[in-house]
Amino acid sequence: MIPANFNYHKATSIQEAIALSQELGEEAKYMSGGHSLLPMMKLRFATPEHIIDISKIEGLSYIKEDGDILKIGALTTQSEMEHNSLIKENYPIMGDAIWLTADPSVRNCGTIGGNIAHGDAANDQPALMLAMRATIIAEGADGKKTIPIDEFFHGFYMTALEPGDILTEIQIPKAKKGNGGAYHKVERKVGDYATAGVAVHVEIDDDGVCQEIGIGLTNVSAVPMRLERGEEVLRGKKITEDLIEQVGQIASEDCEPESDLRGSEAYKRSIVNTITKRMLNKALERAKQ
Amino acid sequence: MAKHKVTMTINGASVSAEVDSRLLLVHFIRENLDMTGTHIGCDTSSCGACTILIDGKSVKSCTYLAVRADGANITTIEGIAADGTNHPLQKAFHDQHGLHCGFCTPGMIMRSIELLETNPNPTEEEIRWGISGNLCRCTGYNNIVKSVQQAAQEMSKEKEATV
Repeated sequence: MIPANFNYHKATSIQEAIALSQELGEEAKYMSGGHSLLPMMKLRFATPEHIIDISKIEGLSYIKEDGDILKIGALTTQSEMEHNSLIKENYPIMGDAIWLTADPSVRNCGTIGGNIAHGDAANDQPALMLAMRATIIAEGADGKKTIPIDEFFHGFYMTALEPGDILTEIQIPKAKKGNGGAYHKVERKVGDYATAGVAVHVEIDDDGVCQEIGIGLTNVSAVPMRLERGEEVLRGKKITEDLIEQVGQIASEDCEPESDLRGSEAYKRSIVNTITKRMLNKALERAKQ
Repeated sequence: MAKHKVTMTINGASVSAEVDSRLLLVHFIRENLDMTGTHIGCDTSSCGACTILIDGKSVKSCTYLAVRADGANITTIEGIAADGTNHPLQKAFHDQHGLHCGFCTPGMIMRSIELLETNPNPTEEEIRWGISGNLCRCTGYNNIVKSVQQAAQEMSKEKEATV
């Protein structure tokens, strides 16, 4: 399969990429790792007239803690995250997700920025970002933008990014004592998109009371979904087995899956219930370590 | 649509060409360079038959534009035997019957090169996860895993001998 014809442009800086995008108009698309966009182009689901290659822009690949924030450069590949010691030690939820995302060769190309900017509820990172309450940093012709994750996903492949905007950095509150996160997805086979997935991030204080909780769901709605009603049940309380059971039930009720090749709606609701409970338990366990 | 001049190193030799924007790297390697050891299986980045190394990292070349490989250092299955001596992975796949029809083998070997580079002594589970993006429809993987294990041992020995 060969993509439809397009013009290729290589940008070596964010400014150059934005200028190119301004000049070429809305038919131009940015490409970073190319492992979401190029497959769509090969299937002719996407036929952009211009590709602006941003993969060679220097300085957008990093993972560092800065004050109270974990900053990840948008061009950081999934492999770089997988093998990063800071991520391995302090952010096991990311390890959970990356391990289940595609396969090692795809992870060598796929970037975290692309995984989020693609705006696909089937991708794994959006649920994590919701759970961890990330902030998305982007740059466009009108300057730098700071977008809270709850305002980022607008619809099927649609995000708060305007034409010409480049997602440059992901900011996540730094892990601290009492925090724990976990992610799991059910997949039919290695490398598949999630049949359903659940990300949980929990913050408990010394008395075991849940101060903050984030629950994000993968591929059970058109837009990456926050389980608000479930979060409300747990926030400010000691998390008990009963409450976990209740939130699992809420997750199965509030998600909006459709029957497809990966399973029936009822099956997906059922596994969302199960994974939510398991991930709550796992996140709590990690928070207590 | 404009053509683009690209220059890359493939198996140690510098190659320059004019390519269309939409030319996929696997087609460039197979059709422009006549190096057909890199296979096309699924053409959807699932099977890994087209795996090559770009700057030492395994990449599925069916999902990579040739124009993006400008300046890259590429290794294909044709480039791993040094002076006519098989690479330890090639030898191990031979010794352990790690192939049946052989279609997946170039990709399996290229992927395993990076795997053993980053993890010289992988467990069986790590090998199975490590090659999880490469599909084989004949062997059931057991002999492939044995091949990677044999190569890991031999490469560790080689390394010790050269230290």
